[in-house]
Amino acid sequence: MTDATLARPGRMGRGFQRTVLVAAVLAATFAVASTAGARYGLLLLIGLGFGITLEGLRFGFAGPWRAMIVRREPAGLLAQLAAIAAVAVVAIPLISENGTELVGAHAPVGFAMLGGAFVFGAAMQVVLGCGSGTLVNAGSGNPLGVLALPFFAIGSFAGAFHLTWWTELGTAPLVVLDGYGGVAMTLLGLSAVAAVILWLAAPGTRRVPRRLWLAAGLIAAFALANLIVAGQPWGVVYGLGLWAAKGAETLGVDLAASTFWSLPVNVERLEQSLLTDVTSLTNIGIIGGAFVVAAWRRGLSQPIPDLPLRAWAATVVAGFLLGYSSRLAFGCNVGAFFSGVSTGSLHGWAWFVMAFAGSWCGIRLRPALGIEGRP
Amino acid sequence: MTRRVTATAALALVAALVLLDVAGSAPMNPFQAPPLLALGSGEAAGGAHCAALPTAD
Repeated sequence: MTDATLARPGRMGRGFQRTVLVAAVLAATFAVASTAGARYGLLLLIGLGFGITLEGLRFGFAGPWRAMIVRREPAGLLAQLAAIAAVAVVAIPLISENGTELVGAHAPVGFAMLGGAFVFGAAMQVVLGCGSGTLVNAGSGNPLGVLALPFFAIGSFAGAFHLTWWTELGTAPLVVLDGYGGVAMTLLGLSAVAAVILWLAAPGTRRVPRRLWLAAGLIAAFALANLIVAGQPWGVVYGLGLWAAKGAETLGVDLAASTFWSLPVNVERLEQSLLTDVTSLTNIGIIGGAFVVAAWRRGLSQPIPDLPLRAWAATVVAGFLLGYSSRLAFGCNVGAFFSGVSTGSLHGWAWFVMAFAGSWCGIRLRPALGIEGRP
Repeated sequence: MTRRVTATAALALVAALVLLDVAGSAPMNPFQAPPLLALGSGEAAGGAHCAALPTAD
């Protein structure tokens, strides 16, 4: 490593700094477990595992989709499909046999859902951060991620506020692929997508690096742990919307005016602490995990890029759209694509198609918005 | 300015959110918390998820 900070005098020793990081992680987990309960402490640890894996092994969603669209490099997308397949093999039968204790990320396909996924795909290419990616970017100090995160939360809150209006535009019946037949159909679908992207791949790019295989295995393991511990699959967007909803309530916004926020399950979430909310805990863990990896590697000494004002403005708008659209789409790349497909929901597949088309458009927007130079 | 500032700001924002939330939410009781694992607990899944269609049921 050629990091200039290594030679900087007066800095804490590297070993001491890493010891502090590990101690902080353990202390935070113990604090949550002893204050809220052991399950919640474990969920924070699972979130930290997601964050450390995503940042440490550079496993993402927006970047690999961009690599496939721009350079026809399929490795990252293939790793995503492998992780989803690994979860599906266990999760779909488990949910089928334990339908009360465990629920899948099951949602219906609808007009707003499809449009939401398209807009999400475009916005995630503008900020190069999806649901999990925005959390990771914020935790690792990427200034665009830090700026996008609060607007993502506000957008998620607003999208949930209006959700029933959007779903009434037209929503199909729920379709779930369950049991071992559901596993077979899901694996068949994932194999078909993998075959298409391998066929489209540029010569010499078909090999998946060992780092990504390892990341796919770890992400799958943490996703299954999330399901077994929480009783629900990995998600991101609900927690962010809840953070903004609590803020709005504090500022005097009447949440009873929203069908969504006045539902008993959401009223309970608003009354109870975030430290007892599944997606809030894993989100906090992802931010913390990304911070730990960035600090561990001394990546925090990277300078903040000098971007034009319109790039920052675009990040604010895209952050809001990421939150709003993912509520209409019944999830982001995590809740809808990863967890939807891996628990047998048809909406996960519809989300993938629409978000990929949106990504194609979003990639072409970035140079116009000043976030990167034109090729 | 380096990422040290922005990453610390992100962590501080999350810490402030949690502290304000704990101060304003119902008190937590770890002795009434759900079992460690939902699987095998015999309890219905009760968390909120972004994929859930909002219905009054």
